[in-house]
Amino acid sequence: MSGVLSIANLRLCRGEREILRGVNADVRAGELVALMGLSGGGKTTVLRCVAALETFEDGVIDVGGVVLRPGPAPSRNTIRELRTRVGMVFQLHYLFEHLSAMGNVTLAPMQVAHVPRAEAERRASELLEALGVAHRRNALPRELSGGEAQRVAIARAMAMEPPLLLMDEPTASLDPARRGELGETLLQLTATGRTLVVTTHDDDFARDFATRVIILAEGEVVEEGNPREVLTNPQHAATKRLLQSARSEK
Amino acid sequence: MRAIRRSAFLVLAVVFATVTWAQTPILHWGGDAEGGAPFVEADPNDPSNLRGFDVEVAGEIARGLGRRPEFVQVSFSDIDQSVQRGDFDIGMSGVEDTPARRKMLAATIPYFEFHEVLTVRAEDRGKFATLAALRGRRVGTLGGTIAYEKLLAAQMTDGVICVSYDDDVHPYADLRAGRLDAVLLDNIIAARSMRRVPGLYTEPQPVATSHYIGVLATTNTALRDQINGILQARMADGTLERIYRKWKIWDDYQPAFFASVLHAEKAVPQHEKKTAEGVATQDLGIVLRYIPALLRASLITIVLSCAAMALAVLVGVFIASGRVYGSAPVRAILTMYVEVVRGTPVLLQLFVLYYGLSSVIRLPAFLAALLGLGLNYAAYESEIYRGALEAVPRGQLEAARTLGLTESQVLRLVRGPQAFRIALAPMTNDFVALLKDSSLVSVITVIELTKQTSIFAANIGSWVIPGILCAALYLVLSLPLSRLAGRLEMRWKAATE
Repeated sequence: MSGVLSIANLRLCRGEREILRGVNADVRAGELVALMGLSGGGKTTVLRCVAALETFEDGVIDVGGVVLRPGPAPSRNTIRELRTRVGMVFQLHYLFEHLSAMGNVTLAPMQVAHVPRAEAERRASELLEALGVAHRRNALPRELSGGEAQRVAIARAMAMEPPLLLMDEPTASLDPARRGELGETLLQLTATGRTLVVTTHDDDFARDFATRVIILAEGEVVEEGNPREVLTNPQHAATKRLLQSARSEK
Repeated sequence: MRAIRRSAFLVLAVVFATVTWAQTPILHWGGDAEGGAPFVEADPNDPSNLRGFDVEVAGEIARGLGRRPEFVQVSFSDIDQSVQRGDFDIGMSGVEDTPARRKMLAATIPYFEFHEVLTVRAEDRGKFATLAALRGRRVGTLGGTIAYEKLLAAQMTDGVICVSYDDDVHPYADLRAGRLDAVLLDNIIAARSMRRVPGLYTEPQPVATSHYIGVLATTNTALRDQINGILQARMADGTLERIYRKWKIWDDYQPAFFASVLHAEKAVPQHEKKTAEGVATQDLGIVLRYIPALLRASLITIVLSCAAMALAVLVGVFIASGRVYGSAPVRAILTMYVEVVRGTPVLLQLFVLYYGLSSVIRLPAFLAALLGLGLNYAAYESEIYRGALEAVPRGQLEAARTLGLTESQVLRLVRGPQAFRIALAPMTNDFVALLKDSSLVSVITVIELTKQTSIFAANIGSWVIPGILCAALYLVLSLPLSRLAGRLEMRWKAATE
């Protein structure tokens, strides 16, 4: 077994466009990997492939022993296995609008894992507590702030206790203070043995919290390594452009 | 030269005749050509031409008045209202002589005597010779007629089940099909139907006797008196007998009837003084008598609407799910269903379900109404649900999938509940529309609120009070519903924004 996640030669086309042109990446347990790149570089698409929300043309994805291959959507059994190994937090959170924060977090444990309601709610309370949104447990998603909604979305994904958690642009809508809090939260998760793959534009966030950074440009990995080294002393032109654009945003 | 002069003369003569013809005053007479032969029917050889004994009697009246007859088509049940509001001078196509009619309108002397007779299936000959013998049996007739009143009375006294139709053709078809055990109607209609539908038998003993009359607006008594004179003269000189013989409706009863009409000194109907205030002076008693019937009809309306809506929701959900999740052939079939059902009138669908399919499957009227409305509305509901399902953000579905929910769980727990909240407002709209569309089922003999109201109105000769009562009942049924939906919507609306 190669670890928590192994992506080999992942290629994905949509129509004429080749979006991923042979992405290779390995993620070990307990890592917090920052997947960086300019918009349209394919970061989100990589996460979606790992979560089997996209089919792909070529390559192999191994998620803790569950292997995804090119071609049509994987079998139901494969999907069921995959879901126990990987969870996902979306950029727009996509909380279930008709359920409270608590309802969002307990839905899957009760319906998929058949945990009794009381137990599911107890664990959900702990998660919401740990993420600092326990006081919002009865609020509907529309009543939550962006940061609160993100925490509930993380709690929802964590409730199924996946070893690997994918997060799409969690820093996008946060101010620097909130970003720090999020980083601390994610570090706590890795401390309990969780593995995280996070896409981000934010080099400061990557530098401060990621154990490794992977730079993606035009559908390929162009550089990877220790975030402090890679982001302080970029080798590839794409990484330099990325840093320039990040600086001009600030 | 002479030829030219002759043709000039001819042209002049034609022009003169045309002008005279055009200047001849017109007698507008109203009737229902749907009633058919021998009353009024379109001439099979020239459908723009009418024929029938009522057509000929009207022709005789017009001639006597020195006028040119002109036919005005009006639905049979609306003749009274229509003549009173001045759509035509006289209404006559099998119009029955009833006290209510005499009270509300200026009626002519009767010009034909008929009998209400029981028609049964040939194999039941002799079994149901009287209404009393039909206890617990279904007996059909044309709504708003003397026969209908007779059956309503027999419903109380003899326990027969009265089934009202909008026309006089389908009762006999349903009798043959076994949906009815007898039909009570005018002997003329019975005789005609026996020729059309094989295997029927008409009991010779009349259940009741009545007459056909002409009706005029209450303000039109002068014309009515003139017409009475003409009718008497045509009875006396044998013209009416000749017409009736021609249409094969002359029978042994007519000579005595003619004699009684001619010997009655100056046949002026007694109920003269009725004028426009007739509506105001209606018996409160009559109105009160109809209220239980209206309430019962409201119950039919609400039960039918609720059941049809439940069916529509169920089938609609099924169709919408099939169109969103199904394979290409399933989607194609369901799309075709929706297009066909939405693209054809619900009235036609009801007819096909009840009468069209009766040789294959004989649906009871209420069930046919329920299926017809339910399956029709299912097409509309399915479109609402499909739109609502597609309005739930795809991201939420993906989020649910990444949590491990199966596709059916995603639909049941995430997509469905949110779609339902989106669909609620248009659904309520549809339910209110269905409540009102349920009035269409009277064409397949289900008496619901609107039909009961029109019977009520026909009997008392006014739409004012029945109309107000009926509208009030519909509002009582629909308003709480709108309120409830409004409240739920308020609670959920923001949740789906």
